[in-house]
Amino acid sequence: MTADEAVGRLESGMTIGIGGWGSRRKPMALVRALLRSDLTDLTVVSYGGPDVGLLAAAGRIRKLVASFATLDSIPLEPHFRAARQRGELELMELDESMFMWGLTAAAHRLPFLPVRAGLGSDVMRVNPTLRTVTSPYADGEELVAVPALTLDAALVHLNRADAHGNAQYLGPDPYFDDLFCEAAREAYVSCERVVDTEEFAAAGGPQTLLVQRHCVTGVVEAPGGAHFTSCAPDYGRDEAFQTAYAKAAADPDAWREFAERFLSGDEEDYRAAVADSVREAS
Amino acid sequence: MSSAVATRAEVCVVACAEAWRGDGEILASPMGGVVPTAGARLAKLTFAPELLLTDGEAMLAADVPALGARPRVIEGWLPYRSHLALVAGGRRHVMMGASQLDRHGNQNISCVGDWRRPARQLIGVRGAPANTLNHPTSYWIPRHSPRVLVERVDMVSGVGYDRAAAAGPSAARFHRIPRVVTDLAVLDFETPDRTMRVRSLHPGVTAEEVRAATGFPLDVPPDVQRTRDPTAAELRLIREVLDPAALRDREVPA
Repeated sequence: MTADEAVGRLESGMTIGIGGWGSRRKPMALVRALLRSDLTDLTVVSYGGPDVGLLAAAGRIRKLVASFATLDSIPLEPHFRAARQRGELELMELDESMFMWGLTAAAHRLPFLPVRAGLGSDVMRVNPTLRTVTSPYADGEELVAVPALTLDAALVHLNRADAHGNAQYLGPDPYFDDLFCEAAREAYVSCERVVDTEEFAAAGGPQTLLVQRHCVTGVVEAPGGAHFTSCAPDYGRDEAFQTAYAKAAADPDAWREFAERFLSGDEEDYRAAVADSVREAS
Repeated sequence: MSSAVATRAEVCVVACAEAWRGDGEILASPMGGVVPTAGARLAKLTFAPELLLTDGEAMLAADVPALGARPRVIEGWLPYRSHLALVAGGRRHVMMGASQLDRHGNQNISCVGDWRRPARQLIGVRGAPANTLNHPTSYWIPRHSPRVLVERVDMVSGVGYDRAAAAGPSAARFHRIPRVVTDLAVLDFETPDRTMRVRSLHPGVTAEEVRAATGFPLDVPPDVQRTRDPTAAELRLIREVLDPAALRDREVPA
């Protein structure tokens, strides 16, 4: 299916998990399709990067569940920052491992999982619904009961996928994309290239087969679909473009111009506009 | 021609390296700066060869490259999910940055001002709550000032001694803040009430200077030690092997 078809199956008000990490292997083509849609009022669950920034800038996020939002090489995500400073973003701010265990609980159909992280920190203060749980064993330890982060849908981007929804990562880190898919009722996988199933083995060992088809609803072929985040080994982060993004995000007029130039058309228009900007720079 | 006299940045690199002395075969995670990164690598090249170090991403490096260089030999794999397991397992000592740090060791990297609508949104709590509850956590503060060393932090991301104690045995069980290194001094919490004290002043720094740069009353004992100077061998490693481009001087100007 196309990115627009995938997003067309989502509804406003849904809880959507977005894979990748920071400015790494984010399903940006799917996020751009979200921006083209009229979906709004979303709860976004993400190890945040420019996915969060773009959706926040477009006013699509009602509530964000995250530990951070960063562009990695640029520490602070400018749109996330601005939205928070305007008081526009409801935030469930969790520790990184609480976030992972929340997804794991959802994947395992458990109401919560216990973690040490969070105790004593203001994560407990700013999330007054968080509760602790006491070990029934002799240690009697009191730990945080991280609630399941159950997703209506997950959006992830991998290097390769077959038409059935099996998907392969070829970079150094799987991040948590399998967990996002397992925690979601529906998962949409975009990939650099759709391949025949028998091609997987030549590209990497069995442990690279991260996502299985029984968790996947739809596959989208989206070459460059993580741009401008990294998608190793297919490509690295487009640092020049990310710098331009961050610079534009800092100023409303510059942002309007940037959005008009790069985000007003479809994915092909986006790629053409990016190629143009590269030509101009050289 | 390089001088035999260490710069302030070089003193700080060594003071950071000392944080990992005696830690054994654990992961040293230097974050939030060039100086702690150089410090961890210096420790591994000298008195703590058993330390584990990452390449800054998902790999464990067997060799010790210069800042900005890739390792030649990879000895292990540590993607984020394994990294989080390693944090919970406790075999790690992180040195984080801090936008704010209080006298009890509570640290903030989340936001400044009211959390509901911050005056300045920062990165978010990241892994600070898990780090501080699970394994030794030190801090690196390149500019010691009353804006960073504050009476009260706005959002407790990293947990301090008072908050860990108040949250009960599960919170305090593995909680430890071995040291805070700033551009002026080394500080720790080895006091009866676990509040911050000066452990050593860097060469050329006065007690008055440190007090004036700290946003809470800070005890500086009259017989306070001096932070040790780098040895000649350490200076050579810092200048010729680890940081030949002198990136450290941008973080801590001479």
